Amino acid sequence: MLSFKNVAFQYDSEDFDIIDGLSFNIGRGEFVSLIGPSGCGKSTIFRLISQLLTRKSGEILVDGVRIDGRRGYCGYMPQRDLLFPWRTVAGNLRLPMEIQGGISRAEMDKRVAETLKHIGLSGWGDKRPDELSGGMRQRVAFARTLLTGSELLLLDEPFSALDFLTRIGMQEWLLDQWGRDHKTVLFITHDVEEAIFLSSRVLVVEQMPIHRLVSFTVPAPFPRTRACLTEPNMLALRENLIDLLRREVNT
Amino acid sequence: MRKNANLSALILLFILLGIWQAGAMGMNAAYILPSPIQIVVRLWELRGPLLTAHLPATLQCTGIGLAISIALGLLLAVVMDWSTTAEKMLYPLVVASQTIPTTALAPLFVLWFGYSIWSKVFVTVLIAFFPITITVFDGFRSAKSDMIDMLRTFGAGKREIFLKLKLPATLPYFFSAIKMTIPLAIIGAAIGEWLGAQAGLGYFSRRMMTQLDGAGVFAPIVLLSAVAMIAVAAVSWVERRLIKWRASL
Repeated sequence: MLSFKNVAFQYDSEDFDIIDGLSFNIGRGEFVSLIGPSGCGKSTIFRLISQLLTRKSGEILVDGVRIDGRRGYCGYMPQRDLLFPWRTVAGNLRLPMEIQGGISRAEMDKRVAETLKHIGLSGWGDKRPDELSGGMRQRVAFARTLLTGSELLLLDEPFSALDFLTRIGMQEWLLDQWGRDHKTVLFITHDVEEAIFLSSRVLVVEQMPIHRLVSFTVPAPFPRTRACLTEPNMLALRENLIDLLRREVNT
Repeated sequence: MRKNANLSALILLFILLGIWQAGAMGMNAAYILPSPIQIVVRLWELRGPLLTAHLPATLQCTGIGLAISIALGLLLAVVMDWSTTAEKMLYPLVVASQTIPTTALAPLFVLWFGYSIWSKVFVTVLIAFFPITITVFDGFRSAKSDMIDMLRTFGAGKREIFLKLKLPATLPYFFSAIKMTIPLAIIGAAIGEWLGAQAGLGYFSRRMMTQLDGAGVFAPIVLLSAVAMIAVAAVSWVERRLIKWRASL
């Protein structure tokens, strides 16, 4: 689904490549988390995939085709929900379709109504974003990402601003959604437990600049409950990842 | 809390008016410093010509000037936001336009446009377009970069980003600009009339000056202040109803 081939990137303000010869693959329908210390360049990878930044060299392919000049191949969900306060919930959900163009208003409304039902917010379409709780706002933001129609979803720490209980509720909700849609998800987080609970695979930024990502397969089948986090092999993976991240921070 | 704030403002206003009243009575020279009571009495006496002839003339000039200022200000702000080259060219000129000593040059405008309404409108526009341009331009620039990035990932170009994000996000700035501009437009119209007109509150005030009627000079100014306050309150009322999401920004 997504391939990085020898990708390099350098910020203008720096004199070295923050991403240097990076290659990795993500298969269709995988849920992959990307973890690493703050400021290591995780979000840069997202910005390269969504072409908000232009790579220095290498190739990025989605579905085997270079991304250059293409539109609408990935849906991006930022850390903050970024719902437009002057639009209703339904208006926010229509946004990606309005930009894509060529979709009638009736079709948009139909898709919005279906999606609202899908995320458990039927009847909330006419509300303003400030009438929603933090968890509901994130669900709307996720639905907006779904309505881009893309098979590849990039979720950038979407639950980091939520309180603990809302966050674990949203994690379970997201897994449920993924189980239904089987979209390909690349999920950035700095929470090791969140990464293990959600993902089929965890990619760890091993060092800075990023030369490679170390891949760990999560040893638990889907569907999952939080109880799986207490299984010995999951606890071992968690400790292993924490050790790896600690070593990185210390070096 | 709001009631208390209003009450405090009223108390301060009455104290200041009291000091003015006492000072004016002590000075006893109404042609230089009329007392507030004398001004109110004169306003009442002159209500006929002020309200039927001069206020409509000033309002017409203010209205046309404000409309042109809004159109020009918006146009300049949009162009400067659209193109960095245009911003580099226009921004210094817009700022420089405010260094023009309008009051000193206004008689020249009378020479150019005669005693028609357009000399006054020109002064009004020169004073009033600036806050609209700068505030709306700042509004466009205030659109959050992560929102712009999100729209880009949806495939949005410059036009969609402008229409879907910048334009609505700038509405609160636009209303602030209008509230700032209304008093300036009224001042502009009055200055224009003061320097050359056949009707209007500025013209009337000047005429009273030549007759050494201090209270008559102040009466139209009080009326102008009242009009400005009512207009700003009306815009605030519309703003509160239209932009309920302002606090969410």
